Amino acid sequence: MKGCVKSMYKVAVLGDRDSVLGFKALGLDVFFAEQKEQAAEQIHTLARKKYAVIYITETLAALIPQDIAQYKDEALPAIILIPGKKGSLGISMKNLKLSVERAVGVDIFND
Amino acid sequence: MATSSTTNMTRMELTRLKHRLKTARRGHKLLKDKRDELMKQFLTIVRLNKELRINVEEALMKAHASFTVASALMSPNMLEQALLYPKQSVSLNVQYQNIMSVNVPVFEFKTRSEDPGEIFPYGFAMTSGELDTAVDALSRVFQDMLKLAEVEKTTQLLAEEIEKTRRRVSALEYVMIPNMMEKIRYISMKLEENERGNITRLMKVKDMILKEAHGYQD
Repeated sequence: MKGCVKSMYKVAVLGDRDSVLGFKALGLDVFFAEQKEQAAEQIHTLARKKYAVIYITETLAALIPQDIAQYKDEALPAIILIPGKKGSLGISMKNLKLSVERAVGVDIFND
Repeated sequence: MATSSTTNMTRMELTRLKHRLKTARRGHKLLKDKRDELMKQFLTIVRLNKELRINVEEALMKAHASFTVASALMSPNMLEQALLYPKQSVSLNVQYQNIMSVNVPVFEFKTRSEDPGEIFPYGFAMTSGELDTAVDALSRVFQDMLKLAEVEKTTQLLAEEIEKTRRRVSALEYVMIPNMMEKIRYISMKLEENERGNITRLMKVKDMILKEAHGYQD
């Protein structure tokens, strides 16, 4: 654990070209990946570097669930799913529900 | 843990067990309190998470829509050229906040320039207006996206900690404490039994001595 040490981290966006290109204008580091192996490799490389937040499209995240789950219980990096250009797949909502179930034991948001 | 058959039937063991039981009970109470407080925090944060997620997804979809239009209007080369060299850059300051001994990250982001107009890294002459809309929408949703990252990570970490704490609470409540109580009962009964056996023996011996000395009979 890094404690309260202040250090500079970066933000990465990973996904297919059309979905993430726009983030480049914001000054985020954009990485392209479309295949499973490519995505898994990218995720691990990015996690080792100084990226605190990695946004990944749901389409891509759906291909590499284990690789993402690996970082779930660590403080950094935060791997956050965002909808790609095809729209939300509802994966992150499902993950949220799983988290709730994990903690509470039952799903209290069944609406 | 030693089973009752291998437990030492001594007073020392009994005292030790009683101490352990007291500690376990206190630990159980503390962990239960921790779990309740974590749960309280978790529920607030989960609601926030859900809200943010819905907002972000909605806003991102809008941005994607504009972006799709822009990429249809412009050639892929032009589009890439326009976005290739961002003027803006973002770096994050990560600090940790302690929620009931769970370290959760707090992100504070710094952009290189404060000017909101700086997000457009291209000249307006060669690009479609839809691209401006898309980039603008993205820059606006980015604040929420960062907040979402923070909140979602917190949710995950808290969920893990709650699960752990809950397991510990149940282990203490349903295994450790009943086990120890059982053992304490067993030892104290055994000790009482020994005591009774001893008294009977003493009475018997006394009788025998009296008989021997005085030919006393009752």
